[in-house]
Amino acid sequence: MSKKVYANAQEALVGIEDNMTLMLGGFGLCGIPENCIRELVRLKIKGLICISNNAGVDDFGIGLMLQQRQVIKMISSYVGENAEFERQMLSGELEVELLPQGTLAEKCRAGGAGIPSFFTATGFGTEVAEGKETREIDGRMYVLEPSLTADFAYVKAWKGDKYGNLIFKGTARNFNPVMAMAGKITVAEVEELVEPGELDPNFIHTPGIFVQRIFEGVDYEKRIEQRTITQ
Amino acid sequence: MALSKQQIAQRIARELKDGWYVNLGIGIPTLVANYIPEGVNVTLQSENGLLGMGPFPTEEKVDADLINAGKQTVTMLPGSVLFNSSDSFAMIRGGHMDLTVLGAMEIDQNGDIANWKIPGKMVKGMGGAMDLVAGTENIIVAMTHANKHGQSKLLKQCSLPLTGRTCIKRVVTDLAYLTIENGAFVLRELAPGVSIEEVKSLTDGDLVVANDVSEMTF
Repeated sequence: MSKKVYANAQEALVGIEDNMTLMLGGFGLCGIPENCIRELVRLKIKGLICISNNAGVDDFGIGLMLQQRQVIKMISSYVGENAEFERQMLSGELEVELLPQGTLAEKCRAGGAGIPSFFTATGFGTEVAEGKETREIDGRMYVLEPSLTADFAYVKAWKGDKYGNLIFKGTARNFNPVMAMAGKITVAEVEELVEPGELDPNFIHTPGIFVQRIFEGVDYEKRIEQRTITQ
Repeated sequence: MALSKQQIAQRIARELKDGWYVNLGIGIPTLVANYIPEGVNVTLQSENGLLGMGPFPTEEKVDADLINAGKQTVTMLPGSVLFNSSDSFAMIRGGHMDLTVLGAMEIDQNGDIANWKIPGKMVKGMGGAMDLVAGTENIIVAMTHANKHGQSKLLKQCSLPLTGRTCIKRVVTDLAYLTIENGAFVLRELAPGVSIEEVKSLTDGDLVVANDVSEMTF
C-alpha cells in the first residue's frame, strides 16, 4: 500500500501530458490543490482541459495556469474575478463550458460511480439544455447530462493516511471528494500525511480506493478572496 | 419612498418560518440574515458545503478553510454540518430547501427568471442559481423594481438568457411585494409612500392590483 505515497508534487504528477483532461478540486481558492497547480505551472504542460468549479484569480490558483496559456478549455460553474480569464475567453483563445454548479458536481460524482449520464430538471429551458436530450418524466421536464471523468484528478485534503483515506476541513471539502472519485488517476495532496490507523474510520470522508497517489504538500498559502470580519 | 436594500431584506425576513432550511443568494438576499424575527430559528445553507452558517468571524477566528458561497469568511453555529458539493446540491435539487432567496436582473409574468448572463458583457457563470431555482419550490426574488437606466425588471417576457422557467412566484422590490399568478404580476403590498401608479409605470409586465393591497410598515 505504501506505493501510493509520493515524496512531493513533482513525483506525484509523473505521467501528466499535454492535452489531458484534469479535474481540480476547490471552491474559489478554498481547498485548491496548491502544490499540484504549482507543479503543473512549472512543467508548462499545454493544451489542458480543466474541470474546476472556478478558475482562480489572476495571480493564484488556476489563474497561474491561464497566465501561461496552458489551458485550452475550462468546464466551470462560475468564473468571475479573473481578468485574464475574461480576456482569453472573449478573444477566443480559451473555450469555456459553463454548467450549473449542482450539475457539475453530479457529473463528477456520476462519472466516478459508473453512471454515464443522468436526468436533471436544472437548466431545462435555458441555454444549458441546448443540444441535449430532454424528457418528460411524471409531468416534469428534464435534461440528460453526460457525466465527467478525467485523466488526472487533483484534490486537496486536510489529513490523509498512506492508504489514501482522506479527511477534509471546513468548506475546503467542496468538490474534492467527487472529483477524487472521477479521476482515472487521483492525486491527493494533504496537509498532514499519517500512518494507517491514525485516522478514525468513522470520520473518513473519501475512502482510499478512490485515491491512487498521495503526498504531503508544502507551503500552503490558503489565500482568502473575501476577508469579512465582525468587529 | 422606495425601500432601502436593508428594508427589502427586512420585508423578506418576515416570510421566514421556524425550522426552515434557507439558502440566501449574494447581495440583498444575504442581508435577510440580519432580520430573522425573534423566536424564529432558521438554518442557513451555503451551497459550497455548509448548513448552519453563522456571522462573519472576528479577526482571531478567520479561517481560510471556512467560507460561504460568496467566498467570504464565515463561522459555524452549534449544530452545523459540513458536506461535499454533490451532497449540497442533493439538498437543493432534491427539493429539501424550504426557501431560496436570490437576486435577479429580470423576471417575467410567466415566472421565468434571468440573473446570470448579459451576452457580450457579463459572462461569469450561473454558479448554483439554476439548481436553486429548479430545485426549490418556495423562491423569493429580491431586487430593485427598475434597472439603473430606469427600465422595468418585471417584464412580459425576459430578454436575457434564462436561469429557469416558470419557477418564480414571489418578488420583493424596492417599491412593492408582488406575486406571480395566472400569467400576471399581482401587487400585494406597497412600500411606504409609494403609489399604485408608480408601481404600474415601472412594471412592464401585466399587473393586477389585489383588492386588499396594503402598505408595508417598518
